[in-house]
Amino acid sequence: MMTVTNDSIHTAGPGDLGIDWATEFDHTQESYAQNAPAIWDELRERCPVAHTDAHGGVWLPTKHADVTAIAHDTENFTSESVVVSQFKPLGLAPAGFAPPITSDPPYHQSARRLLLPAFAPKVVNLLEDYVRECCRSLLDDLLAQGTDVVDAATAYAQHIPVLTIARMLGLPPEDGDRFRTFIHRILEKPGQYTDQIAPEDTLVHYLSEIIAQRRSEPPRDDLIGFLLEAEMDGEPLTNEHVFGTIALLIIAGIDTTWSNLGASIWHLAQNPDDRARLREDPDVLPFAIEEFLRFYSPVTMARLAAKDTEIGGCPVSARDWVLLTFPAANRDPEAFERADEFIIDRQRNRHVAFGLGIHRCLGSNLARLELTVAIDEWMKRIPDFELADPNPDAVRWSTGQVRGPRELPIRLLRTVEA
Amino acid sequence: MRIVLDSEACQGHGRCYALAPDLFDADDDGYSVLLVSGEVPPELEEAARLAADNCPEYAISIED
Repeated sequence: MMTVTNDSIHTAGPGDLGIDWATEFDHTQESYAQNAPAIWDELRERCPVAHTDAHGGVWLPTKHADVTAIAHDTENFTSESVVVSQFKPLGLAPAGFAPPITSDPPYHQSARRLLLPAFAPKVVNLLEDYVRECCRSLLDDLLAQGTDVVDAATAYAQHIPVLTIARMLGLPPEDGDRFRTFIHRILEKPGQYTDQIAPEDTLVHYLSEIIAQRRSEPPRDDLIGFLLEAEMDGEPLTNEHVFGTIALLIIAGIDTTWSNLGASIWHLAQNPDDRARLREDPDVLPFAIEEFLRFYSPVTMARLAAKDTEIGGCPVSARDWVLLTFPAANRDPEAFERADEFIIDRQRNRHVAFGLGIHRCLGSNLARLELTVAIDEWMKRIPDFELADPNPDAVRWSTGQVRGPRELPIRLLRTVEA
Repeated sequence: MRIVLDSEACQGHGRCYALAPDLFDADDDGYSVLLVSGEVPPELEEAARLAADNCPEYAISIED
């Protein structure tokens, strides 16, 4: 049996593709997405801050220390845009398109404080029963197919964050397919669809209609209702602010959680010892979730250099793009013991999957809840399973700044009746 | 053993109050609140180390 505990096993290694990753990487290409962990490991050794001319010039730091320094340095690096594309925003500061993720201090603090209580653990944990019900229902449907191969990404993982964020916002759960289409264009293929989309088929149009409709109705007790009533510094939020924050909550919470959950199931499908440990030792689950987050961190953020500055000694010009490669930082041997090994009960795990500093992922408590419940429920109903295609590289990883399997055919080896 | 929380460095990652709920709690915004005044009871020393070792912001320090 083939077991894979790190990403060194590849049909084509990153060195075999004829690409100099130090100067020619493109994170929106499949060659990068398929090989990313091995690329980061190679770069960390020989060129820890890589650069490409693609997308108007992008820097790629791979060391934990450099990623940490950038995340904490809001003077030299602005969040005015957090997704690399040919389009560099200008004049959107201090709020940015989607506050607070695209906001800089001091505006950022007010915009974030507004949202923190709704995402604090005591509030988020009230959703546990709902998330569990969603997972059970999805597993019922998945097992009712009666096939021995199911797609864990499209029939399970992708639905859980959609159902959860729709519930929090008060949007119809059946709009989930539309959310995923919007997100795919924005995160996986930034800038590539702009000429091909009908105006009524955009996130902008969708949200404008929702907000107009909600303003015409009595207030409802959900996050959109909260934002429509909320005040910041004594003033109601502008329409742009409400719009941008709802867009953020839809964009940020779905692909990300789906990616990590899919990667976790991909890992478990290849590692019978880790499956056995989860079945036999329920106390290991919280540690396993953190190790899934470290080893398969889905999210790379971006910054623009606010002024001429440097990263790890490399000179960076004002308005250059910088990737905040949290997934690479999480595999840096200077920051983690046995960094290239998945250790299901890792006790010391200061991973940075949810970022660092003032922009720490607002939804981290929600993501942890979804991941924990989704793995727990999956293991109860499907305690044993393997990849349908024994070659782990048959799985395609999404391109862009959120990395995870978008299709994941799994062969069921043992299932349990509800 | 003494434990110190740097509230300026805390960004509300929530690892400490998940791993050591007898030592830390969350405020309404999700930031950490230290529940003991400095000295860690012996039976909670292991939990204190776990909390310190899992803080992404290095906001918790331990003085033996």
